[in-house]
Amino acid sequence: MSSSNTSTISSVAAPSRRNTELAMLVFAVLIPVFAYVNVGLAKEDSVPAGVLGYAAGLGCLAAVAHLVVRKFAPYSDPLLLPIATLLNGLGLVLIWRLDQEPSLTTPALGGPMAPGQLMWSAVGVGLFVVVLLFLKDHRVLQRYTYISMAAALVLLIMPMVPGLGANVNGARIWVRIPGLGSLQPGEFAKIVIAVFFAGYLMVKRDALALASRRFMGLYLPRGRDLGPILVIWGLSLMILVFETDLGTSLLFFGLFVIMLYVATERTSWIVFGLLLSALGAVSVASFNSHIGDRVDNWLNPLARSPLNDGVTETAQAMYSFGSGGLFGSGLGQGYSRLIGGIATKSDYILATVGEEMGLTGLMAIVVLYGLLIERGMRTALAARDPFGKLLAVGLSGAFALQCFVVAGGVTALIPLTGMTMPFLAQGGSSVIANWALVAILLRISDTARRPAPAPAPSPDAEMTQVVRT
Amino acid sequence: MSELTLTVMRLGFLAVLWLFVIVAVQVIRSDLFGTRVTRRAAAVQDRPPPRPQAPPQDARGGRGGRRGQRGAPTKLVVTEGSLTGTTVTLQGQTITLGRAHDSTIVLDDDYASSRHARIYPDRDGRWIVEDLGSTNGTYLDRTRLTSPVPIPPGAPVRIGKTVIELRK
Repeated sequence: MSSSNTSTISSVAAPSRRNTELAMLVFAVLIPVFAYVNVGLAKEDSVPAGVLGYAAGLGCLAAVAHLVVRKFAPYSDPLLLPIATLLNGLGLVLIWRLDQEPSLTTPALGGPMAPGQLMWSAVGVGLFVVVLLFLKDHRVLQRYTYISMAAALVLLIMPMVPGLGANVNGARIWVRIPGLGSLQPGEFAKIVIAVFFAGYLMVKRDALALASRRFMGLYLPRGRDLGPILVIWGLSLMILVFETDLGTSLLFFGLFVIMLYVATERTSWIVFGLLLSALGAVSVASFNSHIGDRVDNWLNPLARSPLNDGVTETAQAMYSFGSGGLFGSGLGQGYSRLIGGIATKSDYILATVGEEMGLTGLMAIVVLYGLLIERGMRTALAARDPFGKLLAVGLSGAFALQCFVVAGGVTALIPLTGMTMPFLAQGGSSVIANWALVAILLRISDTARRPAPAPAPSPDAEMTQVVRT
Repeated sequence: MSELTLTVMRLGFLAVLWLFVIVAVQVIRSDLFGTRVTRRAAAVQDRPPPRPQAPPQDARGGRGGRRGQRGAPTKLVVTEGSLTGTTVTLQGQTITLGRAHDSTIVLDDDYASSRHARIYPDRDGRWIVEDLGSTNGTYLDRTRLTSPVPIPPGAPVRIGKTVIELRK
């Protein structure tokens, strides 16, 4: 009773939580090291020789990222960086673990890939640092609304240019840069196009939200306001037809619909979006053979296929989930090498997770992705400016859609498309682009959570303003 | 490597992974900001004499309040302003409101005075609001207070941009 008498109630701003972040980061580095030792013990009965180098490499990346965040974004969200580090670290362990299978490390398949992936992760963290250093305020991006539209179009069209684009596994989403290797421009386009959508919708959302007629409980937009959604729909259909990449096309259209819905609060856009994408997907799948094959594999996974010893990859992924059971076979003790080909390390990495870590481990990974997306959405809620809100929604929405497309494809919920699980799967472009995405989210959350400029030193001494009537 | 070790490592790894998830959720849970309650016990320690006296007074007031009226309000709720949602349990203590740091409810509001108003129980256990000579005044249901007045339950008391109510 006397204690309640001596208490004060005042409002506080969000604290800077860098020490929490540091503790979580240490945890996030130790888990992959544990996994690495576990794989070594299971495969070769000994702690792998590279464990110190691996731990030092991942630890250095995490330490650099943390110090830069501490210095340049001190109020940003404490969980985004640790979760991204953990997923990246686990991805490295899984790729290294698949490298131990001789059938997957033949020169034709590109040899061992873990060292390359570690290098790409380092480049990704480098880009992360550059974004945090040079992007002092995310609102600067608003100035580049239409430039980013042009940049996104160029990035998307690049793989279609003859001599520049390359056709890998039936999907034309790669660009070969002589001397450097190949690049997937779609991964970078998703960030650039989120910037364009955020800038465009911030200006146009009132027209899109208010000028509408009500019909059967839905707000129908005016015909001419339908323009943008139809243009984006046409563009994503073009990607689907000419690059035969269902994932990228779904990602762009879905991202636009999500951001349109968030900007205008009109459910009718979602209905339109679903109708249009269903229409597009069905019509393209019926005449494009590559997409048609994917849909066939999805509908009849157990049918015999002429490739891969007569078993579809979808079926093999389902077998590995089944053989994993509830707790998995243990890291390094699964048979996901049987899926074969290069896709085991990229598209089908979740099948390895499902077999060796079981449903329990797969759920943990999915929850980690969910937490990362939740922190992005929370950043959008906390952001004070509409552009920052839309950009945060767009970036975390793109991340969420990508996770859904890949996880849904691997678990045979939707037809499989060539996309990588962010951070987890092998792929340089993907890991670099996603580190940049996390850096932009951190920048927005730093601005959102930064306490308002301090009031005058002593409010007691300050004069009270007089209400004028 | 023995089967047992591998099984232990396999389950241990899953446990550690989930531990990370749980810790992350705890971090989100503790990531709340809004209002803070600080105990002022440390600041009062250097002048001990008033403390022993204070509790008996409060106790008398509190008991009187509970005995005097059955449906007496038990809490004070802030319904508008930067502290919206804050509740303070009424236990017979005097509640001071103002911009001064030692007020019970510290108002971050340019239109509030340092010591703006106070709310205290009288002998019958009714809660009285009194304006402490503030610049912009304290309003009970749109009437500006000129003298200490009992607060009917549910009536809004406006101080600057903040509105408080007493509730059961």
